[in-house]
Amino acid sequence: MRIEEKEYTKSIDLSIWKKIFPFLAPRKNTLIMVVLMNLLCSVVDIIMPLFQRHAIDSFIEKNTLSGLGGFILLYIAVIVFQMCTVICFTRGCMKIDVETGRDMKRALFVHLQKLSFSYYNATPVGYILSRVMNDVARITELIAWDVIDMLWAISYVVGVLVAMLFLNWKLALVIMMIVPAIAVLTWYFQNRILTWNRQVRKINSKITSGYNEGIMGAKTVKSLVVEEKNFGEFSAVTEEMRSASIKAARLNAIYIPMVAFFGFLATALVLDRGGIMVLDGRLDLGTLAAFTAYAVGIFEPIQRLAGILSQCISAQANIERVTSLLEEKPQVVDSPEVLEKYGDFFNPHKENWEPIKGDIEFEHVSFQYPDGKEEVLTDFNLKIPAGTNVAIVGETGAGKSTLVNLVCRFFEPTKGRILIDGRDYRERSQLWLHSNIGYVLQNPHLFSGTVMENIRYGRLDATDEEVKAAARAVHADEVAEKLDKGYDSDVGEGGDCLSTGEKQLLSFARAVLADPAIFVLDEATSSIDTKTEQLIQQATDKLLKGRTSFLIAHRLSTIRNADLILVVRDGKIVEQGRHLELLEKKGYYYQLVRQQFADEESRKVLR
Amino acid sequence: MKSKRKTDKFRIIFRFLKGNIRFLVGTLVFSVLFTACNALIPQIVKYTADHILVLDGIPDGLNVRQALLLAAILVVAAAVLSGIFNYLSKMCLAKGSENFLKSIRDTLYHHTQYLPFSWHVQHQTGEIIQRCTSDVEVIRNFVCRQLPEVFRICFLIILYLGIMFSMNVPITLAAAAFFPVIIGYSAFFHSRIGKRFQDADEAEGALSSTVQENLTGVRVVRAFGREKYEIDRFDQKNNAYSDLWVYLGKLMSVFWASGDLITNLQVLMVMVLGVVFAVEGRITLGEFIAFLSYNASLTWPVRSLGRIISDMSKAGVSMERVAYILEAEEEDATDANNKPALTGDICFRNVSFAYSLDHPILKNINFTIPAGSTFAILGTTGSGKSTMVHLLNRLYDLPEGCGSITIGGTDIRDIDRQYLRQNIGMVLQEPFLFSRTIRENIGITKEQLLDEEIRHAAEIACVDESILHFTDGYDTIVGERGVTLSGGQKQRVAIARMLMKQAPVLVFDDSLSAVDTETDNKIRKELKKEMEKATVIMISHRITSLMQADCIIVMDKGEIQQMGTHDQLIQQEGPYKDIYEIQMNSDIRLMEGGAVCE
Repeated sequence: MRIEEKEYTKSIDLSIWKKIFPFLAPRKNTLIMVVLMNLLCSVVDIIMPLFQRHAIDSFIEKNTLSGLGGFILLYIAVIVFQMCTVICFTRGCMKIDVETGRDMKRALFVHLQKLSFSYYNATPVGYILSRVMNDVARITELIAWDVIDMLWAISYVVGVLVAMLFLNWKLALVIMMIVPAIAVLTWYFQNRILTWNRQVRKINSKITSGYNEGIMGAKTVKSLVVEEKNFGEFSAVTEEMRSASIKAARLNAIYIPMVAFFGFLATALVLDRGGIMVLDGRLDLGTLAAFTAYAVGIFEPIQRLAGILSQCISAQANIERVTSLLEEKPQVVDSPEVLEKYGDFFNPHKENWEPIKGDIEFEHVSFQYPDGKEEVLTDFNLKIPAGTNVAIVGETGAGKSTLVNLVCRFFEPTKGRILIDGRDYRERSQLWLHSNIGYVLQNPHLFSGTVMENIRYGRLDATDEEVKAAARAVHADEVAEKLDKGYDSDVGEGGDCLSTGEKQLLSFARAVLADPAIFVLDEATSSIDTKTEQLIQQATDKLLKGRTSFLIAHRLSTIRNADLILVVRDGKIVEQGRHLELLEKKGYYYQLVRQQFADEESRKVLR
Repeated sequence: MKSKRKTDKFRIIFRFLKGNIRFLVGTLVFSVLFTACNALIPQIVKYTADHILVLDGIPDGLNVRQALLLAAILVVAAAVLSGIFNYLSKMCLAKGSENFLKSIRDTLYHHTQYLPFSWHVQHQTGEIIQRCTSDVEVIRNFVCRQLPEVFRICFLIILYLGIMFSMNVPITLAAAAFFPVIIGYSAFFHSRIGKRFQDADEAEGALSSTVQENLTGVRVVRAFGREKYEIDRFDQKNNAYSDLWVYLGKLMSVFWASGDLITNLQVLMVMVLGVVFAVEGRITLGEFIAFLSYNASLTWPVRSLGRIISDMSKAGVSMERVAYILEAEEEDATDANNKPALTGDICFRNVSFAYSLDHPILKNINFTIPAGSTFAILGTTGSGKSTMVHLLNRLYDLPEGCGSITIGGTDIRDIDRQYLRQNIGMVLQEPFLFSRTIRENIGITKEQLLDEEIRHAAEIACVDESILHFTDGYDTIVGERGVTLSGGQKQRVAIARMLMKQAPVLVFDDSLSAVDTETDNKIRKELKKEMEKATVIMISHRITSLMQADCIIVMDKGEIQQMGTHDQLIQQEGPYKDIYEIQMNSDIRLMEGGAVCE
């Protein structure tokens, strides 16, 4: 399984962070600007308590107001300056966050377009989606805001220490004694708090799936009368959640007051030691006040520093998940020579593309799925002249799509070759092949958008008229007309607003528009009303004419008209021939088709 | 009308706070004490500056150094107390809010389990789950974070302003005059920017579903060679999303920076006034320092108050959404004590039923199923067969005047609902398995899981062998986080699960449709042996599954078209005979190739 979570490491691993440098490099200038602004910001923050010191020492102690105007002007100048740095800094951080995220997502998305089906078969969509959206967001947020914040914290702490040493080094040393204590404390607690928070998140997903089951399975729960039992189990999970959350809260409730306590302890020390110095005349009152401000102010950045550091460690898992997706090797790739001649999908060299006829030949083909245990095809030979209709039949899950996967080059043979128009298809680009294939799935996939856009997916430069003509050819125009905005109606996410039958008709139209030499159809098994079924039948007949086609067939009429039937059982082709020949053999095909036929016909009588 | 709904939605909060009042009170009391302790510290500093350091008013019997040490010790003591109170208030809050949360979650879960099936059918699963999770989270934030925080901040403002007033009225008035401006500005900004955040959320949703569509449609994308087109589409969404955030960043940068500016101006004003007053001798130096420190402690809480207030307005919607679920009525418990033996004849008398008025599903159905017999129903989707089953185990209740269903002479509406369901074993066509082990799934109705019993049930359902093929055998986890079973395997596991109930009435609602004919026969034979006395209702479209039944009915469009034994029915002209012939002679027709209605 790919989706196993990695163990969380306990220390900063620079080699992991290096992997994201390429995404930050284009924003070097912004980064420098932000760091600079940050430094300026911390300088201002360090200066602020000095105003108070000045107010005490120069005005109150001396009992005069002269120079107050200049003091006010200087203060205003500083805060306006600070305002500017905050604006630049915030915008810079946002820019880094957003643009790095945008580029990372794009890199992932582009890479996903190249990954092989063996990856998709083994990895749930939700998992991939979470890499692209959540992990990336977490990484860029951390870098743009927290890591930069950390720089602020470091420069602030260093600056304050310098300022304090400069003002009075003895008092400064007193405060500095407390710094390591806070750092250690924070480090200790942050790691534990993070662990518990992770635990809480885990339990939270259990709660969500508890609701999911209870609500999705309501009918089953009721008829089995297991309401109380399920509730008992759910209640145990919420109890687990309660105690874990309280534990996490307790850590927090100890940690925060302790940090605050150290701040006050520093104040007390300043008061005692500093007070003596004031009495001895070695320190003026204003400086003492500034020291109390620093003593309280320095601890929050230290606290944040340690907090961010432990977050960085936990974010390494996010980075690893993202980079490992980027490092995933596509299994079907075009060779450099092929790419040179035919181009990639950004720059197809269409002028070099040969026209296709549609002859397909399997030559000593052996095949084993990358995650499979045994060969599903061994030394398989088959010549399919252009225009042949091949039907593939077998039970659900028997492995009917293997041949289709091979022909479409979603997978490549482990041994042997597949020839298209007499040449190994690996000598041409994937895009060349795919541009010549029409594909209609059992549960046809539409994209959210209008009917028009979905059909046009087959040929992007088709005019509205051509789209409509394609729709008419397979009676998909009736689907469009039934909708209130005709061809401009939205089909909903994944085509949810339409029935399976309607979706199939639209995907037929899409395939017609592509006008492919090779056509692949996975017939729908789910019940479709009689009228739509007839329309689909007619559309199929029309599409098949003159094309090399592969049909994963469920309807008898389709099977009967096929030029060649391949019968699949447990992943292997066990019989092949024409309908009547196969029936006469009274073998597996006979059994299979008989059952299917009986079910189909009975349904028709009762309808 | 509107005011009534308002009280309702707040009532749910009070309902769940019950029993947690002590934690609530504790949170408030301790946070008041915590704030008060914090307020003491600047007072000590002030005293030190005004009295100890100018050698005026040192407590009797102490020298200066001892007095300073005492001040320092007092600060530490106040800090320790403040820490303890802070800890206590945080813990009270954590306990109270986690109890509160647990009781909302449990109640929602329990309640949804007992809501009528019709309610579940009318509402979308995703929507309900969202209410039970995200909306509950919003309510929790409101009750457990925002409310106590607002309380604490308000108390803080009152206390600190009070102290400041006691020191000097004009400066305090000037300082306080800024607060409404800061709160108002922040609340205004957050409510205005809320719309932008929504836009950004929507753009993120759009981006996310573009990726998801691409991933689920990966075959179509590849087969049409549309990678570049997809990347362009993605870029468009990705850029739109990024641009929105960059724009938001600009707005926020201005807001934060101007917020800083206003706050700093306020600090400046307090400082300048303080200087002027101190120079004029109207306040002491210690008061000046204390003033600045109280003022500084107020700025952040005041700034966050505006944001919290604008966030709190979102909670009302969530409360309504959760209250909507809680206000739905649970299945009524009919006469909890009426639990007759359900071994008698099952009788449908003049049963008519419709989910909605204009669309009748069952029209005047009459039949009797003698106890211990096998009753078969032949029909397809929409014929009303599943509705009959829903009525039989009271997933829907037959309304008054629509006929009656009786078992052993007792109207089922008078039988305890849970008891009735316990005694009717039902297997659905697309059974739902829980995401736990196969063993737990089969034994879900039992308190104790005996291996022998479970394997025995699995053997009867002809699924034992398939289960042993899995690496983890009976401990294989199925469902969303485990192994995916084929349709036939699921059906058979569901049959084994049902067998564990040992119910006197068994219903198979097309539940062998994904199993091949041979296994189908085997399972039925085993069942008959095992459950000799049970009354069996078998719904199917396979003649071989039905032909041995004691009575067969053919359903069509909510009516009984034919009724009789297999032998009687094949003598009559009608759909049963037609289907029988198709299924028995299908090989001949296959050869001829003529029977397909095209």
